[in-house]
Amino acid sequence: MNLICISCPKGCHLNVEKIGEEIKVSGNSCPRGEVYAINETLNPLRTLTTTIGIESENYRRLPVISSAPLPKGRIMDVMRALKDLNVKAPVRMNDVIVSDILGLGADIIASKSIER
Amino acid sequence: MERHQLLIIGGGSAGIAAALGAFEGGLRDILIIERESEYGGILQQCIHNGFGLHTFNEELSGPAYAERYYDLIKDNECIKFMYDTAVIGIEDHTLTVSGKQGLKKIEGDAIVVATGCRERPAGAIGLKGNRCEGVYTAGTAQKYLNKEGFLVGKKVFILGSGDIGLIMARRMTLEGAKVIGVAELQPYSNGLARNIKQCLEDFDIPLYLSHTVEAVHGDSRLESITLIEVDDKLQKIEGSEQEIACDCLLLSVGLIPENTLIERLGVKLDPRTKGAVIDDTYMTSIDGIFACGNALHVHDLVDYVSEEGKKAGKAAAEYVQGIRKQSELIRNVTGDGVSYMIPQSFHKGEDLEFMFRVNRVFKDCSIHISGQGLDKLIRKPGIVPSEMQKVKLKKEELEKLEGELKWEVIA
Ligand SMILES: Cc1cc2nc3c(=O)[nH]c(=O)nc-3n(C[C@H](O)[C@H](O)[C@H](O)COP(=O)(O)OP(=O)(O)OC[C@H]3O[C@@H](n4cnc5c(N)ncnc54)[C@H](O)[C@@H]3O)c2cc1C
Ligand code: SF4
Repeated sequence: MNLICISCPKGCHLNVEKIGEEIKVSGNSCPRGEVYAINETLNPLRTLTTTIGIESENYRRLPVISSAPLPKGRIMDVMRALKDLNVKAPVRMNDVIVSDILGLGADIIASKSIER
Repeated sequence: MERHQLLIIGGGSAGIAAALGAFEGGLRDILIIERESEYGGILQQCIHNGFGLHTFNEELSGPAYAERYYDLIKDNECIKFMYDTAVIGIEDHTLTVSGKQGLKKIEGDAIVVATGCRERPAGAIGLKGNRCEGVYTAGTAQKYLNKEGFLVGKKVFILGSGDIGLIMARRMTLEGAKVIGVAELQPYSNGLARNIKQCLEDFDIPLYLSHTVEAVHGDSRLESITLIEVDDKLQKIEGSEQEIACDCLLLSVGLIPENTLIERLGVKLDPRTKGAVIDDTYMTSIDGIFACGNALHVHDLVDYVSEEGKKAGKAAAEYVQGIRKQSELIRNVTGDGVSYMIPQSFHKGEDLEFMFRVNRVFKDCSIHISGQGLDKLIRKPGIVPSEMQKVKLKKEELEKLEGELKWEVIA
């Protein structure tokens, strides 16, 4: 199977072979490519970035990111869970906004500091 | 008149990096002038991750990259920001700025232009039909959504497969919009392969290669578009029209370096990059005026913008301290396959890095670099126009070179 690694902008073309239980990956320029290919074959994962509401002097939205990639099939559920969420400034970058979102093992964290 | 060693126009990633480079180069009085009320430029609306893998060894969102880089200069007493202030004129080394306190003039020993780029608007691509509401550039839609939380449409079509368009296809889908498709005039996509995968394929959004939008329809609000196929000469194929209902058309049809300021000053621009013509010190055709970042040429990776900004800042610091390169300038010439070269000319005497883009897709090719005293072939598995190429040449390799240096791609 051919895949394009999405772990960084380089976009290496990966070749994945399943030999029995073992998954063999080639074409990757770095170890992240192998991890990606294995996950993509067994359980595709995606990092989620979106925004939530914030009460602040100058800002209306706070950019957030999942602290680890989430199962691809659950991304829309997470979006729904974050839909009406609002926080108040101050927020620091990497503050946990929602811990263990929907029990998926990743936190939703702030990806920007907003002081006021 | 207010005076500083170095004035930097624009506090995006290029401007911040230039300040850091200038400080490391020995300057102690640096002012960054920024028209917005915060640093970071375009990064602040690029909330997706994909920034900083080279610089910080982490994949950050745009705002996080900006913050991490800003942290490097935040407590530096020698670098000051002037926010909410737009530079509206340049004369020699004096800027006219317009801010909350009105107009004033500020003088610098040198100036770095880091004004970023703007998007090609609808008018530039000759869309037929009424000018109705619902047609936006992708970056404008991104700003509305990511900064204000406002979704510009529910049924979206996107023209242009550049990265901003692809990123917005995913972003609007996540926010509940239906993205009907993306059309690309060329037979290949202009975006990164990873964005085709994670922004389109993940959501089953079709990519129409060799297609364009011919017309928009609707009275006050957009109701539909006409999609048309093009042949290998990019000519529209009559009879291939299809009408697609949508309430929003996003244009992701290219970025143009923002250089209105220095153009008026008479700085020489390169018709291919639409940015200034520079030498290896990032100096433009006017003494003491430097350019970097998207204002110089459009970049795909912020890491490269930061590197470039740093080098330009350092070079400006040398200039302010009276250091000049004496050796004769060598011109870069573009041959077949190469659409532009940065820098356009250079001095020998140091290891140098050259940047360029190809003008079409190449598979299994070589970059041929040749001149009197230098002949080099670099093999590449493939090069596409959307990925900027970098080549380093060593001081020793350049030493014997005379005249000009030609760059071409051999299939
Ligand atoms: C939508 C988009 C998505 C991208 N996605 C990625 C990605 O996923 N990964 C990646 O690595 N790179 C990405 N990039 C590329 C990279 O982030 C940018 O190229 C880079 O941030 C540009 O930095 P800059 O400082 O040159 O320009 P800008 O960030 O545009 O900064 C220019 C600054 O100058 C200010 N300015 C302009 N004119 C004036 C004036 N007259 N007076 C005062 N101030 C002025 C502006 O307000 C702005 O703050 C993306 C770029 C865009 C546009
Ligand atoms: S394999 Fe490594 S270098 Fe290649 S795209 Fe994946 S993360 Fe990037």
